[in-house]
Amino acid sequence: MNARQKNTTEYNFAYLDEDTKRMIRRALLKAVAIPGYQVPFASREMPMPYGWGTGGVQVTAACLTPDDVLKVIDQGADDTTNAVSIRKFFQRTADVAVTEATQDATIIQTRHRIPEAALTEGQILVFQVPIPEPLRFLEPRETETRKMHELEEYGLMHVKLYEDIAKHGQIATAYAYPVKVEGRYVMDPSPIPKFDNPKLSGNPALMLFGAGREQRIYALPPHTNVVSLDFEDHPFEASKANHNCDICGAGDTYLDEVITDDQGSRMFVCSDTDHCRIRQEA
Amino acid sequence: MLEGGFQDQPRQSATAFRAALDAMARPGTIHTVAGAQPPALSIAAGVLLLTLADRTTGLWLAPSLSAARDWITFHTGATFTAPEDAQIAIGAWPDLPLARFPIGRPDYPDRSATLIVEMPALTATGPRLSGPGIKTHANLSLPETEAFRINAAAFPLGLDFFFTAGDRLAALPRTTKVEAA
Repeated sequence: MNARQKNTTEYNFAYLDEDTKRMIRRALLKAVAIPGYQVPFASREMPMPYGWGTGGVQVTAACLTPDDVLKVIDQGADDTTNAVSIRKFFQRTADVAVTEATQDATIIQTRHRIPEAALTEGQILVFQVPIPEPLRFLEPRETETRKMHELEEYGLMHVKLYEDIAKHGQIATAYAYPVKVEGRYVMDPSPIPKFDNPKLSGNPALMLFGAGREQRIYALPPHTNVVSLDFEDHPFEASKANHNCDICGAGDTYLDEVITDDQGSRMFVCSDTDHCRIRQEA
Repeated sequence: MLEGGFQDQPRQSATAFRAALDAMARPGTIHTVAGAQPPALSIAAGVLLLTLADRTTGLWLAPSLSAARDWITFHTGATFTAPEDAQIAIGAWPDLPLARFPIGRPDYPDRSATLIVEMPALTATGPRLSGPGIKTHANLSLPETEAFRINAAAFPLGLDFFFTAGDRLAALPRTTKVEAA
């Protein structure tokens, strides 16, 4: 009855039914208890196609409370189709407050970026994950990759990084760069640029990862030790375009390269639109 | 028996889950919850059951808490099982047969029991906690240290714990290192 009065729609709070949310919530608790391990869950069909963040949306729906302030970003931007759609989805189904300001948000659902502004205790970052299994492109069989995680058999991943060096002279993996969590599980941090990898370690925010099509949930609790895989003679490097932002002038942010005409003109701009806006207004 | 459940399940269980998630993500932090009035159980234990237990979860209930049985059945539909089949177990510390609960399998370490431990009180004093979710260290009034040391040593297998007293709860995942203060 209450729900009917408070919500203008006929949906249950945060869209999913309570059985589904309980199932996701149990998976989330186990994911937090075993950092970096991919917990299988009975992912539901959502009213959006796979690849648009069905995993992230289910995790957000299971975590959302009426008091939350939600921010949604797609590649750092608050104003792209995916971000706008998901934000509206939760405004409509959960009547939740939304923001574009990173520091005002309590839950941030993200596609492929970690915000530039430092996250704080109490914030939750929800990642949309296409392929949760870091070993999948090296070993297509789930039965095998499960065994590899069980036995901590991660040599193949180092061979892959080594082949990068042999072919390109450096580790050419620029996004979805594999990490090791608390010295145990190798994890795919979702396709964030490797520029963001250092922010995974020791972050005061709770990080949750949802893969809808692949039906996996995993997590990094706050202050968890996360190491990007590398070699002594080829240490990990958080690279970015060697340029400053052409709008706000920042030299320390991750940049998008934007083609501006048919003559090959281009500009570099912050991928984090909120961060760039704050710098312009300052 | 029919009383004492959530009045507005979607919102109350959302708020309760966030407290539980926060507790598990930040071991040693103590959270206050509301909304359940179960017989024979604390408010916090009742809230956890309403939030996490349903027809699909096997539940082990300590015999000393059997007065809560009908309430749990009515409000969650959970089936009561032996410790070996339990996904969720609830009891006072001395009543929990720790060695019998599932700790997961090497290929599926998530298939392990979550224990809800009823405590007389819960304070941020006592054994020293460190590990994921804890910046430097935390303290929590745990009933002992040795059982948690053994549990953590089995990582990635192991049990995960909630501790409940009155309307307060805290959690201890298998990753937390517990030392005498």
